[in-house]
Amino acid sequence: MTAFLTGTRGYVIRKIGWSLGTMLFVVVFNFFLFRLLPGDPIGLYSRGRNMAPEQLIKLRAELNRPIGAQFLEYLSNPFASTINSVRFNRPVWELVAERVWPTVLLVGTAILIASVAGVWLGIRSGWRRGGTFDRVTTGVTNTLYAMPEFWVGMVLLIALPFFPSGGISTPGVTGFLDTVLDTAWHMVLPVTALAIVYLAEYTSIMRASLVDELRQDYLQLARAKGLREDLVRRRHAVPNALLPTMTLIFLNLGFVIGGAITVETVYSWPGLGLLSYEALRGPDIPLLQAVFLLFSIGVVVFTLLADLLYAVLDPRVSTQ
Amino acid sequence: MTARSITWARRRTTLARFWRDFRSHHSAMAGLAILAVFALVAIFAPLLADPDGLNVAKATAKSHQPPSADYWLGTDQNGLSILTLLVHGTRVSLIVGLSATAIAIVIGTLVGIMAGFYGGWARSLLMGFTDWFLVIPFLPLAIVLATVLGASLFNIIVVIGVTSWPGTARLVCAQTLSVRSRPYMERAKALGAGDWHQMTRHVLPNVMPVVLAHVVLTVSIAILSETTLSFLGLGDPTAQSWGNILDAAYGTGAMSNGEWWFVLPPGICVVLVVLAFTLVGRALEVVLNPRLKEGR
Repeated sequence: MTAFLTGTRGYVIRKIGWSLGTMLFVVVFNFFLFRLLPGDPIGLYSRGRNMAPEQLIKLRAELNRPIGAQFLEYLSNPFASTINSVRFNRPVWELVAERVWPTVLLVGTAILIASVAGVWLGIRSGWRRGGTFDRVTTGVTNTLYAMPEFWVGMVLLIALPFFPSGGISTPGVTGFLDTVLDTAWHMVLPVTALAIVYLAEYTSIMRASLVDELRQDYLQLARAKGLREDLVRRRHAVPNALLPTMTLIFLNLGFVIGGAITVETVYSWPGLGLLSYEALRGPDIPLLQAVFLLFSIGVVVFTLLADLLYAVLDPRVSTQ
Repeated sequence: MTARSITWARRRTTLARFWRDFRSHHSAMAGLAILAVFALVAIFAPLLADPDGLNVAKATAKSHQPPSADYWLGTDQNGLSILTLLVHGTRVSLIVGLSATAIAIVIGTLVGIMAGFYGGWARSLLMGFTDWFLVIPFLPLAIVLATVLGASLFNIIVVIGVTSWPGTARLVCAQTLSVRSRPYMERAKALGAGDWHQMTRHVLPNVMPVVLAHVVLTVSIAILSETTLSFLGLGDPTAQSWGNILDAAYGTGAMSNGEWWFVLPPGICVVLVVLAFTLVGRALEVVLNPRLKEGR
């Protein structure tokens, strides 16, 4: 057993096992939380909306079954297409599937911009820590970090009123190139708002990783060999500092999701974030459950990927 | 000289040294000054702005007015002075931030000390549970909890409190593990100290300094969380916080009308307070944990 769980294979198995356990926890939590509520669950599901009588009867029959049976059914397939949204009266997973790509597009672009700029800023300020550039960058980073993303979005809307105030496209725009340009034009403000806040996070992570490397002996050795300072940084310090930065960027998906929910709300960006907002404003409990499950599983999967990626990039992690 | 007086003399010198170290961080002193101003505003809110100004039924001004001599920051959608809302919002935002942090710190410290002190399977179990909470994305979890519990000031405090403790638990657990292996713990055990005595008299005091810096940083995150949840409409509709003002601004089209006086002030307050807590917290970290001093 112990031999089985050592080395790289053991590391991978342990990480996958932990991820599966976490997903199970999320599913169980998601099921019971909404059934622990006091009062008539029908009221919670419909929230005073008029539902068709046959739909009500169906829902009540469903909720009257033994809780164990309900749980087993949910557990067997949390993504079942029979679960309907209250607000849209359509299967929740169909709704979710439609909204995935706009979010991936928006958040992906913002992360890409923010991580490239953040890494560059982090390197510059970390390498000469305590210098003017570092002090200014740290001050700006702290301030940006203190800003709620949605507020940045609102301020941008007021400051730059010539950009579209919301949505992903202008009605009536056709043709491939026109659609791409139109979408890009709509993306400018939301991507800026998200990137500004992510930038703060990534800069501080990269700076901290680089500062950690600065004390290492191998940098002294590289200098003693006669390498120029520039090369010491580029070839030795930065590659090593990038390692924890990359995994942390992966691990911070939860933080990224939080930003997406509020910024998509401000800009009516038709993605998962706006869908969460629509679900909670209802509240549309089945839809909320679905979105929560998707976000949680997404984060668990990305955490697993980060752990595995780290093991590939730095074999020391898995052989310990 | 009694044992007690020696202890007190030692505490006084430690405190004096701590203050001297802390004072050398200028940004932290600036943060402290900002916090003092906001704390005063929160305490004297009813004196600074008449609480009647929060009552929609008594509003006399027109809605969505730009700043004027009577209403320095204009009015909201109900004709209430935004400055009045802002002053009273300071109170709500600070109360929520501090209370939620208190809950998070108590849970986190309890779980962390138990896990670190007992070790073995207790640690695996508690830290496994902590890791689960750590990995579940914060905002979706908070949204789900707040929706289920309903919108009230108490509930939003509970929601932020119970979603913010895992970081504290990890930190306290790591610290407890390092304290537990020190020789004086063995001495205490040899002298017959029970688990409770060891935890409260030896582990807790040694863990506290590190937790203190963490507490201050947690407050800043809690205030940001409150603003976000209130903006999403999950805050207490009867208690005006900065987030509620932003929610109202968003809901009544303040952005498309260019009403900067509706949007900028609450956000600037949030940024100032969060930044102040962050600066103080970062300085505390360095002062209380000398290993963090960079480049030494």
